[in-house]
Amino acid sequence: MKFSLSWLKYYLETEATIDQVADCLNRIGLEVEGIENPADKLAGFLVAKVLTAAPHPQADKLQVLTVDSGDGNPLQVVCGAPNARAGLVGVFGVEGATVPANGMVLKKTAIRGVESNGMMCSVAELELGDDHDGIIELPADAPVGMAFAEYADVNDPVIDVAITPNRQDCMGVLGIARDLAAAGLGTFKPVEVPAITSSYPCPVEIRTDDPEGCPAFYGRVIRGVKNGTSPDWMQARLKAAGQRPISALVDCTNYLMLACGRPAHAYDLAKLNGAVVARRAVKGETVTALNGKEYTLSSDMTVIADDSGVHDIAGIMGGEHSGCSEDTTDVLLEIAYFTPERIARTGQALALTSDARSRFERGVDPAFLDDGLALLTDLILKTCGGDASDVIHAGQPPVERKTVVYDTARCVALGGIDVPADQQKAILESLGFEVATDWTVTVPTWRRDIDGWADLVEEVVRIVGLDNVVSTPLPRADGVAKPTATPQQSLERKVRRAAAARGLNEAINWSFLPQKEADAFGGGSWSLENPISEDMKVMRPSLLPGLLSAAQRNMDRGASSVRLFEVGRRYLADSERLTVGIVLAGEKTPRGWATGKAAKFDAYDAKAEVIALLAAAGVATDGLMVLGEAGEHYHPGQSATLRMGPKNILAAFGTLHPATAKAFDLDGTVIAAEIFLDAIPAKKGAGFMRPAFTPPALQAVTRDFAFLVPEQLPAGDLVRAIKGCDKDNIVAVRLFDRFAGQGVPEGQISLAIEVTLQPGEKSYGDEELKAISERVVAAATKLGATLRG
Amino acid sequence: MFAEALEQFRIGSLGKSGVVTGLLKTLGGRTDDERAQLGPQFNALRKDFESVIAQGKAEVEEVDLAARLATERLDMTLPAPEAPRGTVHPVSQVMDELAEIFADMGFAVAEGPEIEDDWHNFSALNIPETHPARAMHDTFYFPDQMALDGKKMLLRTHTSPVQIRTMTSQEPPIRIIAPGRVYRSDSDATHTPMFHQIEGLVIDKGIHLGHLKWTLETFLKAFFERDDVVLRLRPSYFPFTEPSVEVDVGYSVVKGKRVIGGSEGWMEVLGSGMVHRKVIEACGLDPDVWQGFAFGTGVDRLAMLKYGMDDLRAFFDGDNRWLQHYGFNALDVPTLSGGVGA
Repeated sequence: MKFSLSWLKYYLETEATIDQVADCLNRIGLEVEGIENPADKLAGFLVAKVLTAAPHPQADKLQVLTVDSGDGNPLQVVCGAPNARAGLVGVFGVEGATVPANGMVLKKTAIRGVESNGMMCSVAELELGDDHDGIIELPADAPVGMAFAEYADVNDPVIDVAITPNRQDCMGVLGIARDLAAAGLGTFKPVEVPAITSSYPCPVEIRTDDPEGCPAFYGRVIRGVKNGTSPDWMQARLKAAGQRPISALVDCTNYLMLACGRPAHAYDLAKLNGAVVARRAVKGETVTALNGKEYTLSSDMTVIADDSGVHDIAGIMGGEHSGCSEDTTDVLLEIAYFTPERIARTGQALALTSDARSRFERGVDPAFLDDGLALLTDLILKTCGGDASDVIHAGQPPVERKTVVYDTARCVALGGIDVPADQQKAILESLGFEVATDWTVTVPTWRRDIDGWADLVEEVVRIVGLDNVVSTPLPRADGVAKPTATPQQSLERKVRRAAAARGLNEAINWSFLPQKEADAFGGGSWSLENPISEDMKVMRPSLLPGLLSAAQRNMDRGASSVRLFEVGRRYLADSERLTVGIVLAGEKTPRGWATGKAAKFDAYDAKAEVIALLAAAGVATDGLMVLGEAGEHYHPGQSATLRMGPKNILAAFGTLHPATAKAFDLDGTVIAAEIFLDAIPAKKGAGFMRPAFTPPALQAVTRDFAFLVPEQLPAGDLVRAIKGCDKDNIVAVRLFDRFAGQGVPEGQISLAIEVTLQPGEKSYGDEELKAISERVVAAATKLGATLRG
Repeated sequence: MFAEALEQFRIGSLGKSGVVTGLLKTLGGRTDDERAQLGPQFNALRKDFESVIAQGKAEVEEVDLAARLATERLDMTLPAPEAPRGTVHPVSQVMDELAEIFADMGFAVAEGPEIEDDWHNFSALNIPETHPARAMHDTFYFPDQMALDGKKMLLRTHTSPVQIRTMTSQEPPIRIIAPGRVYRSDSDATHTPMFHQIEGLVIDKGIHLGHLKWTLETFLKAFFERDDVVLRLRPSYFPFTEPSVEVDVGYSVVKGKRVIGGSEGWMEVLGSGMVHRKVIEACGLDPDVWQGFAFGTGVDRLAMLKYGMDDLRAFFDGDNRWLQHYGFNALDVPTLSGGVGA
């Protein structure tokens, strides 16, 4: 909502400066978004006289002028305006001035070889209107050398205020003035409602057939108007409010709306046919609105129509057909009350916004129909002439006076400011509330937003000033401090920092993906109805596509190595699951003086990350099973899952399928992993106590074994079998060599394994060691292994 | 050479047929008196020889070691193997910082779904379908067939639905913060369709605006680690709070950049207010017994204000160089004792 300071002062008697007004507005909840003084834009533009005008030697359409801007030092100016001529008094922009329309800073220049200093300006260049046919012509007696801003009397700052949706009453200058007066900035000057003399009955029938959507429809005719241009004072106020002047009749309705927050509509009577009725639209009915677009209506929308069709999408936008034009001589004025919810729904359904809609859907003052109509009639009669008819009142606006039972002690209890009762009363009254002696408060008709005592507290504290709220410490909770993070949150934090500690960089990627990428990773369950673009359409079923895209962008920017991870949710049909995604691409280590060539990542790097992060999450990784079925986006032979038991998949990892890598424009081997944090079982609350442990007195001993095994036997199976064959003695089993080739039969491989044995009370004797070895060999033999000699 | 000569000397003196050994051997053939006189002298002679030889040996070893070390020289200016440097995203870091600060005031961390229904996101927060505030939210919706229990599904536009989920699932008194991803259909230089918010909620008896002010002051001072953080409370409007308060924070300009602290100017940082009675009611609580406050702010924005990033879009680009520059070391865990800033 924009308005000029002078307009505000029409309703508010005050000596306050623009800064004081702005401060006060901010203080009471009417946020100032900007202050602009049109005079500022016109700095450097002076009233000037063209002394001579001669044709430009190089260009037919240009002239070379000498311009006197009052300093007795005429300047040469090249000008293309057809009306430029000697003797003309106009507006001259000096070197250094900024042209408001295009932001160009004027400087000395040469135009087609002729020096030019500054510029003679058009109306459009100074943003004073649309006319750019020629340069501005001022009266011959305009004082040369005077600042144009001063001459044009535009030194009237414009304030832009953000009105919150609850304050419909402040969508007119009048309401803002009332609020400022309540805050002590001046004296409110209520509008005086003129008495209108009507000379004949309204010749048009007006009805409302939709009392639900349009409870009240008041109207009158004015005959014999002349729809020219509105007066300068009105145009100036409208322009300051950002409203382009259109014609006197339209400007009058707009003026009423901006001054009093009261939309109204003027129909060209000549274009109406029969009774004018507020009714429900017929499904499929169409209307071309004033914005030139055609709208198809549905039966839950209210319209204003006559015998020949719809003329107005009620409360939102008038129709093109019956709008006022230059030729209009007789008008029908409509001032109605539309049900806010109806307006909101219709506006949403048609995706049509307008100044009228934003006011009606917030709820205009239902008691301001007659006064509004009188004010509008008066404006039109004064501006356009004519004779007014009687008013037809169709229906009744819902004027119910709401009351709130208030207790002044609530102010400090909720608002934290102790305000004396009489001051609270004064504040409420200045805002238009009526306060009875028993503190039953009657709400003004224009404050639809007030419906409980908390609203009254809000009114009091905002006028008193929130600066007066005294900071009060929250009482400390009783008892011992407990963790405020859930176990899942703690786990997430640990995994994140463990990943960063391992050299991975945490990225945050979009939660949404293109359809194609979601499909390649199992398919998404949630597709947006109104995505911002097709690339951000489906909620991700996996974190990998986002990481792969990020990896690709990094590679495109010349990165040699990418190690990214993300901790976030993947979105499944039934829930959102916390997940870690990892992508490794490019070089694992760069070429080095000691290591030679650069090393690439491989699938075991993914395995290492997964095991390390699961361990950080508190999972006993030794007991996990390595199985297949990592997913189709992985290399079928270089990927696996880590499971806790055969069904519970904690992680999938491996080399990315080359086709998937290619789909993301990634060259070379790409390594990926996903850890499903949601699958990690919650730790049982075992307290802080650890199992008892004393380091064994006797040293552990190691024994090495080499086995020949069938080459398809997973090495992990052998290790697991050995580990399990003598749990009392074997504490660790480590595979340290894997060899095929010379000395190893075809179809077999040699696996060398180090077994660590921990003696208990006394050292192992030869017999015991032999028995353990036999158990190891027996376990291996069961898997088809033979001990190498 | 010297070592060999030394060995020859040892054999010649102390060896089986060495001179000193020979002298000692003659003692057997002497009288008791002579033995008593010569024995100590000969033994002292032996000790002197032994000591001289040991000293010689030590010198030999020292020289040998020096000679070996001279051949083992490494160029210590050669680069050592480098471990890759991992980083924690600033948003995660700031969320950890916030959790730490609020933990000290007794706030637990609550969570809720990002795919929400319109009841939790709007209706329960006193934003009915026809409320103009819905239009301010630029909501991403899911198609009608995804509706759950007849409720339209959407991407939450703020973290406020977590207020509702908390109040409907746990008994007051309540103190929570709820950080997380939120979504609005908005994309330009300063808006991204996904960003992070943090919500705070206190529901208790006798809570008023003064408690809200203290909480926000304490939080912002702790977060920016400055005592001169000044708040300006302005009346505003949110459907789910009443009174509603917008919070401006004073800044000063340092090297052309706005830095929180001081009061050279004001910037809007938080939205807040006393929880609306209708919201408390919608959650099944008695608003005559329980009241409290709520606040919300942008986590990304807090990160930018504290650590100086200019471009929100870069937060979600995953550029290695950016992550290396603005990211945090894994061990920079925010703690109250060590400071919440890194």
